[in-house]
Amino acid sequence: MYPLIVFLPLIAATIAGIITLAGAMSSTSDAGHGHDSHGHHHHGVSTSDRISQLITVGGVVTAFIISIFAFVDVALGGNPITVQLFTWISSGSFTAEWALRFDTLTCVMLIVVTGVSSMVHIYSIGYMSHDPDKPRFMAYLSLFTFAMLMLVTADNLIQLFFGWEGVGLASYLLIGFWYSKPSASAAAIKAFIVNRVGDFGFALGIFAVYVLFDSVQFDVIFGNAEEVAGTTLLFLGHEFSALEITCFLLFIGAMGKSAQLGLHTWLPDAMEGPTPVSALIHAATMVTAGVFMVARLSPIFEYAETTLAIVTVVGASTAFFAATIGCVQNDIKRVIAYSTCSQLGYMFFACGVSAYSAGVFHLMTHGFFKALLFLGAGSVIHAMSDEQDMRKMGGIYKMVPLTFAVMMVGTLAITGFPGLAGFYSKDLVIESAFAAHTAVGTYAFWAGILAALMTSFYSWRLIFMTFFGTPRADERTMAHVHESPAVMTLPLLFLTIGAIFAGWFAKDWFGGGDYEEMLAFWNGAIFMAEGHQALEHAHHVPGWVKLAPFVAMVSGFVIALVMYKLVPSLPRQLANTFNGLYRFALNKWYFDELYDKIFVKPAFYLGYGFWKSGDGALIDGVGPDGVAAACRNIARRVSALQSGFVYHYAFAMLIGIAALVSYTIWKMG
Amino acid sequence: MEIGLAHYLTVAAILFTLGIFGIFMNRKNVIIIMMSIELMLLAVNINLVAFSSFLGDLVGQVFTIFVLTVAAAEAAIGLAILVVYFRNRGTIAVEDINMMKG
Amino acid sequence: MGRCLPLGRGGSPRGYLMVVQALAFYLFATVAVLSATAVVTVRNPVHSVLLLILTFFNAAGLFVLLGAEFLAMLLVVVYVGAVAVLFLFVVMMLDINFVEMRQGFLNYLPIGVLIALVLFVELAFVGAGWALSDDKVAVLAHPTPAGLTNVEALGQLIYTDYAYIFQAAGLVLLVAMIGAIVLTLRTREGVRRQKISEQVKRDRADTLEVKKVPVGRGI
Repeated sequence: MYPLIVFLPLIAATIAGIITLAGAMSSTSDAGHGHDSHGHHHHGVSTSDRISQLITVGGVVTAFIISIFAFVDVALGGNPITVQLFTWISSGSFTAEWALRFDTLTCVMLIVVTGVSSMVHIYSIGYMSHDPDKPRFMAYLSLFTFAMLMLVTADNLIQLFFGWEGVGLASYLLIGFWYSKPSASAAAIKAFIVNRVGDFGFALGIFAVYVLFDSVQFDVIFGNAEEVAGTTLLFLGHEFSALEITCFLLFIGAMGKSAQLGLHTWLPDAMEGPTPVSALIHAATMVTAGVFMVARLSPIFEYAETTLAIVTVVGASTAFFAATIGCVQNDIKRVIAYSTCSQLGYMFFACGVSAYSAGVFHLMTHGFFKALLFLGAGSVIHAMSDEQDMRKMGGIYKMVPLTFAVMMVGTLAITGFPGLAGFYSKDLVIESAFAAHTAVGTYAFWAGILAALMTSFYSWRLIFMTFFGTPRADERTMAHVHESPAVMTLPLLFLTIGAIFAGWFAKDWFGGGDYEEMLAFWNGAIFMAEGHQALEHAHHVPGWVKLAPFVAMVSGFVIALVMYKLVPSLPRQLANTFNGLYRFALNKWYFDELYDKIFVKPAFYLGYGFWKSGDGALIDGVGPDGVAAACRNIARRVSALQSGFVYHYAFAMLIGIAALVSYTIWKMG
Repeated sequence: MEIGLAHYLTVAAILFTLGIFGIFMNRKNVIIIMMSIELMLLAVNINLVAFSSFLGDLVGQVFTIFVLTVAAAEAAIGLAILVVYFRNRGTIAVEDINMMKG
Repeated sequence: MGRCLPLGRGGSPRGYLMVVQALAFYLFATVAVLSATAVVTVRNPVHSVLLLILTFFNAAGLFVLLGAEFLAMLLVVVYVGAVAVLFLFVVMMLDINFVEMRQGFLNYLPIGVLIALVLFVELAFVGAGWALSDDKVAVLAHPTPAGLTNVEALGQLIYTDYAYIFQAAGLVLLVAMIGAIVLTLRTREGVRRQKISEQVKRDRADTLEVKKVPVGRGI
């Protein structure tokens, strides 16, 4: 029954896809109405659209229900199983099977993925109600869900890579959903290409795994990890410790997929897609695939100490870096996007200090409250007639009370307010970083504290700018502000429940309580080597360490309160005073400009040069065009011989005969 | 002196050359071309008959009969085409007939 | 070579007859060549045709000298009597103006003469250098039978060994005739003709129409 979890979304996606194609071929859509106009009249949702919506929602909700059963059975009941489907590749000594692996880690991810996905599906019914391309959207959402589920249930690296690429593809399709918008198309390409860079490293890592272990199956890899740990591998002319280089390459893939520092540039641009897409893909699921992969491969990462250190540093730096940018962004979705980037950094540095459980715990709670924040932001945008700039919002908390309430809950959760979900997971992460007692761990700890402060600041800044103060939007927009329909608010409520209770409910499983209980819960799905005891010591850290996140949170709140509610002129003064810093953060530390100069422009020049000169002038010129032109030239000249006069022809014949006869006589004589 | 084969062949050669000369040198009208063709065919016939006579082989004469036949047929058709052409074009000056110009 | 000329052994004529033969040959040949030259050079196309007829006559004379009297007659009857007359008809019918030799003629003259000379020299070279081989009797396809006239001998060949070609020649003539008619036939506008097939094809519906006429009224 468990395979149904994976394949129901695929079937739903296929059906919705067929409906899309049928609709495109009959082409009776009134493309004039889109998401631009803001009448709330329903254009009479056509039957095919409704069918596609119901099928996809039904598929993924059913998958979620089965996932709950799976979780209870496998994780809580301790019965991991692997469902063999069929053989994919069998070439010499290399075999790759299609098999679905259900262990604790998988089931946790299944709950997150199917849960958030089903909420996003339901939300999309309302959010995309004005869009003419509903079946396509639902099909893409379900396709993404299938790919993500395939990723988390993979039993070998090839299958994981299949899911990896699949989510990349779905991300591209969904970011560029409104493909006629040039910025959306560009953002989709950017996401795909930056992901590709990461995927290249990932693929190299898979090759290295195969070279080392002669198999890509997880069981084989995990079983032989200890033996391989001591060997070395030749890479780019240097000898490296085999597992170090392998894990490093695999981590590059994770960096791309999870938008860590260096390969993060695609995530803010990905906000060009519809808000449900941002909620599903760029908050809860796809970007967490990197964290999942590191956690899944913990048995080999544990033997790669240097790589773990790199993971920690990268994660911590990302957490800090993204938070600084999020403090000054004006687009509501971009603030939340950088927030995601920052929280992913948390998850990574948790894994880096071998506290995989904490990382996954934060992944789960983050899935809930980040999706909540995104969907709530979508609700706000919807209410403000598609306005996304926070400088043009304000003073609407009485007009959209439900949205306001859920956004407050989400903000409290992300900042780590005691009792809510984020409190348990985030504090566990930060404490583990401290408890690692390594240099990188300490670096991660302080980065995490600072990032927590900034997280609190920008989250409350968002709330204050969006909901409080005097309205900065024009009168027409303010007149239209209204609460979202039930189909959009019900998912919000469900996610709110998750954001509030998920942490408290699950803390014992993930290590918030008894260490042994956590180990029993994971049941071998995650491996922690001897000597990596950050998680175990996380509970024995000094008191100030436990209080530090709370202090950071409160400080951030107070600063935001002062700057945006009490003294509204303060932000402008500070921006003018520290103009350089402000611009630096506003322009995302100029990463895009840097990459543009180093990679994009040279690539364009190279490609353009090859295209125009190489392909166009050289190959086409000498080849088809050249041959054709030569043919034409020669033909034109030869046709001049055809003067039309019979006597010219006769003359030519005569000359020919004379020549032939002369030649014959000469030959004979 | 004795009239040998060579004499007849020489006459035929001269006639043939004159015929060729007539085809591409004339600028006046197309009928001259047709007559030059007849001249060439005549030269060929003389050749054939001369050889037939000096070898004592009748095949040459038989062949000459058929050449004659075909020449007559070709002259008829050629003149018919000419007539139709003249009806449509109004001229048979050779220099004006260049519609097959490529 | 039949009975026409008194031949000695080896087939060559004797004595004074040889002179007569040579004289006749040179006469015919010279006139033929001269009139052929005139055909391509005179201005008046009617004169051209008449000179062509003269050439044919002289060629017929040459044929007689060679002992092929049937062919000579054929030349006169068919070529002169039919083909040349046809030429004459067309020339006169087309109402051609006397055209001066155009200027371009002189440009091509040197090269034309050169090529023609080259060709002639080659022909002569080949022809004159050719020698009768001694075993010619063995390779003859159809030796001239002795004791028959030229006509009889030809007749014996044509209707037996070359019957198919003979029939084919007839077909060629038939096709030429049909072709010539098809090309040039014009139907005159406004001439009333009978179309027998149409007349026979007529049926009652084309001709009769029954109208019910009430009593006391007309159509």
